Amino acid sequence: MRGKIMGLLFLFSLWLILFSPIRAEEVLAITNVKIVPIIGNDIEKGTIIIRGEKIEDIGPNLSIPVGAKIIDGQGLIAYPGLIDGYCQLGLYEIGSIQATIDYRETGRINPQVLATEALRPDSMHIPVARSNGITAALVAPSGGLIAGRSGLIQLFGWTPPEMVIKAPVALHVELPAARAGFRRQADQPAEGSRLLNEVKNLMDQARWYEKRKVAASKNKLIGLPEFDEKLEALLPVIHGELPVMISVHSANDIRAAIQFVQDQKIKAIFYGVSQGWMVAKEIAQAGIPVVLASLHQLPPSWEDGYDALYRNPEVLHKAGVKIAFSSSSASLAKELPYHAAKAAAFGLDKREALKAVTIYPAEIFGVSNLMGSLEKGKLANIVLAEGDILELRTQIRHVFIKGQEMDLSSIYDDYLEKFKKRYEKRNK
Amino acid sequence: MRRIFVFITLIIISTASLMAGGSLLLKNGTILTVTRGVIPKGDILIIDGLIKQIGENIAPPPGVKVIDLNGKYVIPGIIDSHTHIALAGTNETGDTITAEVNMRDVIDAEDISIFTALSGGVTTIHTLHGSANPIGGQNITLKLKWGKKAEEMIFSQAWPTLKFALGENVTQANRQVSPGEERRYPASRMGVMAIIRRELEKAKNYMAEWDRYQELKKMKILNRPLLPPRRDLRLEALADLLRGKLVARCHSYRADETIEFIKLSHEFGFRIACFEHIPEAYKIAKELAAEKIGISVFMDNWAYKVEAAQGIATMPAFCTQQGVLVSLNSDSNERIRRLFNDAAKAIKYGGLSEDEALKLITLNPAIQLGVDKWVGSIEVGKHGDLAVFNEHPLSSYTRCEMTIIEGEVYFDREAYLREREEAQKAEPKTKAQGGVQ
Repeated sequence: MRGKIMGLLFLFSLWLILFSPIRAEEVLAITNVKIVPIIGNDIEKGTIIIRGEKIEDIGPNLSIPVGAKIIDGQGLIAYPGLIDGYCQLGLYEIGSIQATIDYRETGRINPQVLATEALRPDSMHIPVARSNGITAALVAPSGGLIAGRSGLIQLFGWTPPEMVIKAPVALHVELPAARAGFRRQADQPAEGSRLLNEVKNLMDQARWYEKRKVAASKNKLIGLPEFDEKLEALLPVIHGELPVMISVHSANDIRAAIQFVQDQKIKAIFYGVSQGWMVAKEIAQAGIPVVLASLHQLPPSWEDGYDALYRNPEVLHKAGVKIAFSSSSASLAKELPYHAAKAAAFGLDKREALKAVTIYPAEIFGVSNLMGSLEKGKLANIVLAEGDILELRTQIRHVFIKGQEMDLSSIYDDYLEKFKKRYEKRNK
Repeated sequence: MRRIFVFITLIIISTASLMAGGSLLLKNGTILTVTRGVIPKGDILIIDGLIKQIGENIAPPPGVKVIDLNGKYVIPGIIDSHTHIALAGTNETGDTITAEVNMRDVIDAEDISIFTALSGGVTTIHTLHGSANPIGGQNITLKLKWGKKAEEMIFSQAWPTLKFALGENVTQANRQVSPGEERRYPASRMGVMAIIRRELEKAKNYMAEWDRYQELKKMKILNRPLLPPRRDLRLEALADLLRGKLVARCHSYRADETIEFIKLSHEFGFRIACFEHIPEAYKIAKELAAEKIGISVFMDNWAYKVEAAQGIATMPAFCTQQGVLVSLNSDSNERIRRLFNDAAKAIKYGGLSEDEALKLITLNPAIQLGVDKWVGSIEVGKHGDLAVFNEHPLSSYTRCEMTIIEGEVYFDREAYLREREEAQKAEPKTKAQGGVQ
């Protein structure tokens, strides 16, 4: 009898452990690592304790909770996961195949589209970027005058909602890129102000549309305006809730864009800004943060100097502009740390370069409460690297997203392993 | 008569001294020779364009300019084995087979891309016909002597090469056909092989006709004048390929089409110096190594089309380890200035040593172009072609400071910045810069 009761008790407790909804969160302790928390001082040898999805504690001499799974960091360097300020991950597979391209909607005015609603979690490009320490990214639409709205994703998840951290993050307005040439674009009349005027007109329409909606809600005699998906999408922008991310390049267009943002009293982020160094003070005064486009480009004008794009981040930073780097890519999203390093090679302080791929993008996108640094209470998005994370030769050993250790293999390994077998067989 | 002889000698001497490069003594550099290890604090003496001495505490010969490197890193000038810069045209799209076209005829010595390349430590380029045609044209190897005339830039010792191309570009697979328009032949990989075979057969016939003519001429059996065959510059170029006077450089992406092209080379007996791009090389590394055919590839640029969708960044290192001669190319007027960054990635993706990684952009492309006797490493007797970096060239924080070709400085960042500053002082501020016009 007693044995029977004990047996039942045992089965019951087993059931509790396996199926209980109040199952204890997994605790992970990463020990013996150098910690670069970004916010706060570096810790030469410390421990990070992760409970569930979040960082519970971080410090040099922490006692490890009972039952915690221990990962010996073996002297690796712990960084917060990197954040790509602008990319097409999950929206692009193979460039020449239209069926795999979802970041570009047809037409010129598409505020209604949301990039994260086209996200492909199984994209072959995501594990490549993730295995290089990138754990979050702004996935952005592109093309036309209003390209759509972007969202911030984490680079892990089986379905789009599992990946999305925040959406929408911004409405994307694109002014044409300055064409590469010898002449400085800044001296030419700005096409940008004409296009921005078009956006302004749309925003005025949205304001009028909203007034009619409000009027209808207050007075039964007034009918609702016909539903307009494009104007609806602009409402959070005119309310100052959703920032406009303006893709802008030449100095003249940047000036026009600053004016536009101030006139419209809206929140803004600039993207690209290849001639930002010419108007850095004005951007700083306007308080508009900048996401730099890929530095793997030539300067828009040869008069700007061969290193114009390389020194641009430092000039902007020095003037007081908050900057973030981006890969501007999907297939080469893994390059993110090297854009930051290139700017450091041309004058930007190394630590600032690191901040511009971690805490600064988190602040710009309004998620610094969740990520961008290793701090108590933030998501456990952690990278363990053999050396400087911005260094080309550094191997990444572990990546954690929300406390979950990632598989660092990618399609690079899949194909190589597959064909290595061919050589092994031949050798036998 | 004697006076004429002296005069001619004088001309020869003066032109010889004109052709000879500069003389320089670089002091206190960290010298990465690529073939002979690292000299932590060494000097390089260049006399008349050639490296005369490498060592420590070399005394400057009278009249030779001395540059103190203060520990900066020196590597051999970077060589880009596949690019299209410094040309006034890339593709002859008027026909499918254009072997007669020669890039030597369209060198653009004023292309700003030459300066861009120099700013990234590049000293030698192989600049090619594009990939629009199965048989494109003849290519040219140049030294990036910015400011000199086109003829002075030609690296004459390099092998003359002929561009072939396979796959999506020549089948025009990604091109939209307008209504009613018929696709150009070839539109499939079958057609590509067939058209190349057809042209090589024509060339064989052409050679046979000339041989027959020469034979008949010698025999003198006919009592009437003998008409030579019609000279055909297109077939002449292909005949040169079959005679071994030209070597093939073949743009290929897929492993299968590459193997088929190797078969074709056996069938007709021509030499392939190098496959271009070939992102699937890891699938056939054994064959490439056995055939001693080099590959000139992207480090990690991929997925821009279907045949590039399996182009993995672990390929260059893997193929190197399998014994294939690998070089990294730019194929771009932008990537050309950061080839040293690409080389570093072969350490991360596949574990090459530093020397192996540097060889991808120096010695290996030199071998692929047939110029390794003169360039590609820092050795006595080779050309004084060097690139100077402020930090280790394989670090992502590095910056090219100076580029030297045959003992002459063609890029000097410090001087460039000084000139820029002076120009800005001299020039009144434009409106855009906040000035009043």
